[in-house]
Amino acid sequence: MAETRTIVIDPVTRIEGHSKITLHLDEHGKVADARFHVTQFRGFEKFCEGRPFTEMPSLMARICGICPVSHLIASAKACDALLAVKIPPAAEKLRRLFGNAQVVQSHALSLFHLSSPDLLLGMDADPAESHLFGVYARNPALARDGIALRKFGQQIIERLGGKRIHPAWVVPGGVSEPLSQEDRDAILKTVPEARAIAARSLDWLRSATERFHEEISVFGNFPSLFMGLVKKDGELTFYDGHLRLADENGQEIAGGLDPARYFEYLGEKVEPWSYLKSAYYLPNGYPSGIYRVGPLARLNVCTTCGTPLADKALADFRALQPGAVLSSFYYHQARLVETLYCVERIEQLLNDPEILTKHVRALANVNALEGVGVAEAPRGTLFHHYRINEQGLIQWVNLIIATGQNNLAMNRSVLEVAQHYVQGEKITRGMLNRVEAVIRAYDPCLSCSTHALGQMALKVQLVSPDGLVVDEICRR
Amino acid sequence: MSATGAVRTLKIDGRDCSARPQATILEVARENKIFIPRLCQLEGLSTVGACRLCLVEVKGSNKLLPACTTTVDEGMEITTSSEELASYRRMIVELLFTEGNHICSVCVSNGHCELQTMAQRLGVTHIHLPYRYPKKQVDASHERFVLDHNRCVLCTRCVRVCDEIEGAHTWDLMGRGIDSKVITDLNQPWGSSESCTSCGKCVQVCPTGALFEKGRSVAEMEKRRQFLPYLTLMRGERT
Repeated sequence: MAETRTIVIDPVTRIEGHSKITLHLDEHGKVADARFHVTQFRGFEKFCEGRPFTEMPSLMARICGICPVSHLIASAKACDALLAVKIPPAAEKLRRLFGNAQVVQSHALSLFHLSSPDLLLGMDADPAESHLFGVYARNPALARDGIALRKFGQQIIERLGGKRIHPAWVVPGGVSEPLSQEDRDAILKTVPEARAIAARSLDWLRSATERFHEEISVFGNFPSLFMGLVKKDGELTFYDGHLRLADENGQEIAGGLDPARYFEYLGEKVEPWSYLKSAYYLPNGYPSGIYRVGPLARLNVCTTCGTPLADKALADFRALQPGAVLSSFYYHQARLVETLYCVERIEQLLNDPEILTKHVRALANVNALEGVGVAEAPRGTLFHHYRINEQGLIQWVNLIIATGQNNLAMNRSVLEVAQHYVQGEKITRGMLNRVEAVIRAYDPCLSCSTHALGQMALKVQLVSPDGLVVDEICRR
Repeated sequence: MSATGAVRTLKIDGRDCSARPQATILEVARENKIFIPRLCQLEGLSTVGACRLCLVEVKGSNKLLPACTTTVDEGMEITTSSEELASYRRMIVELLFTEGNHICSVCVSNGHCELQTMAQRLGVTHIHLPYRYPKKQVDASHERFVLDHNRCVLCTRCVRVCDEIEGAHTWDLMGRGIDSKVITDLNQPWGSSESCTSCGKCVQVCPTGALFEKGRSVAEMEKRRQFLPYLTLMRGERT
């Protein structure tokens, strides 16, 4: 019998959702394969059938407590398509503002609350101290900055939508309430601090990253495609635009793609060992059509950010590597560049007098039976696709979430890290931490991507060729 | 003054109250600003005593009586709130929640729903019974309105307002027990009803999000019922 083993990491911690990792070892004790299993299931696509489409934005927002705004926006855009209306310009600007605030708070959560313990305390730190309180003990200013940045985004969401989590403010045809001058002024006052935090966090991250040369070289450092929405001129955008795919050299391989026709160039594959589907670029086939989405991908495909500070930060980012920036370790830095961009955009939008216009909603009946809404969520491109009957009741739903699109890349990254760090049959703490950390770099949201319920945890199993679990670590 | 025209005197929760003959306990309580919960009763419509939330204790009676349909008697002593009543009322509301699919967070009436408000007021924090999760339909065939059976508590306000105020009698009930449901005409899609005048009164009197205006998103359906007493008054003067 061939001597092979499997290592299982179950559950994976400090991520959003429930998963486990298995590492399959060959007879020489080398990692032959790695699988990132998402073990939760929810079924949003199914239970929405029969509901009036006007409920969809709020229903869809319930997929996630961290990025409900992204689901609201993508869903409302799909509903706009069902109404076949062009929403009022002020409504569009308010939605952009809302979306930018959401990116700031979500990126702050990912970087500071979930990943900063790895970056500040190191990959070999004791898990008992690897959390935000551990960060606070070592560097209180950093922890405070992270919390303040998230608060900045959350409070904008609350001012616009009435509450921080699951606001119902984004509706088919626009938004339900205009922005008051008082709220506009109050938000504007908080912008300078957020901008300063984003800028100094970027400086901190750049210096903190210096000691992670080894990790950078193996944390998902491989050629792949990158995909994201860009404006006509190639500028970064989170709300609308065309899809652009770039290769590992940063060269555009497909541009000007209509996001509403996603099914013509994106496929989804189901693997029996995970509830999370894997998306791929159809022309290249499966699994060669591997592509990445999210902050790293967006900065690799866009031409410019379009705001002064973010463009400067983008230039520094681009200098990391010729061509596209390949290491998924740099998702963290890309996240902060985008945060800076969003804070600047928020200020620009608030200073636009049109943002206070009272006409914020287009009213219409059902005018189309199929609608697609696409937006950039913090973790990547988000697709909502609905079909309804003449009465406006949902008949069919398809959702493609960022984490599903990063699934192939996450699996490959775990393999890369495991091959580098796993030696023999014993699971070491450093290896466990690094396998988790590479998953965390993608900031996966498993609740979103399986449209499922779950809890955060990590379990790793080492399995022999004959299926025996030879070692196991469980962390809750 | 004749005996039938004499003022009745009674006690509600220990307070001396006076009432017109034929007045119901609920009316007298309301005049005296004493709260008695109810979901099916609505001022301006006839009473049916369907929801049983307004049950009160009457001294000398060995059973609880619905305040909305029980007329006052001379010397009555009524208790509107007690631990036992509170527990029965919470149970009734819990049963309503388990019987349908009431998902407040994604309901058009979230924040403006009488069932939701009642649950909060009565201190219903958990549902102690298993949910039934019935499979119920949504009728969106009407041009302007939608009927969602998932949220219907069978109060029959729609049936009564349509019959008594609009005079169309489009709505009615069919089935028995757990299978009961409101129907339009002879159980045909609302949009194909020939008797419906599309006046929308049923939508406005519905206590939950079971009847709502098409196009409304979550938490956007606020009911307007101010018209009802005036319509009742006008109708009373006409007959």
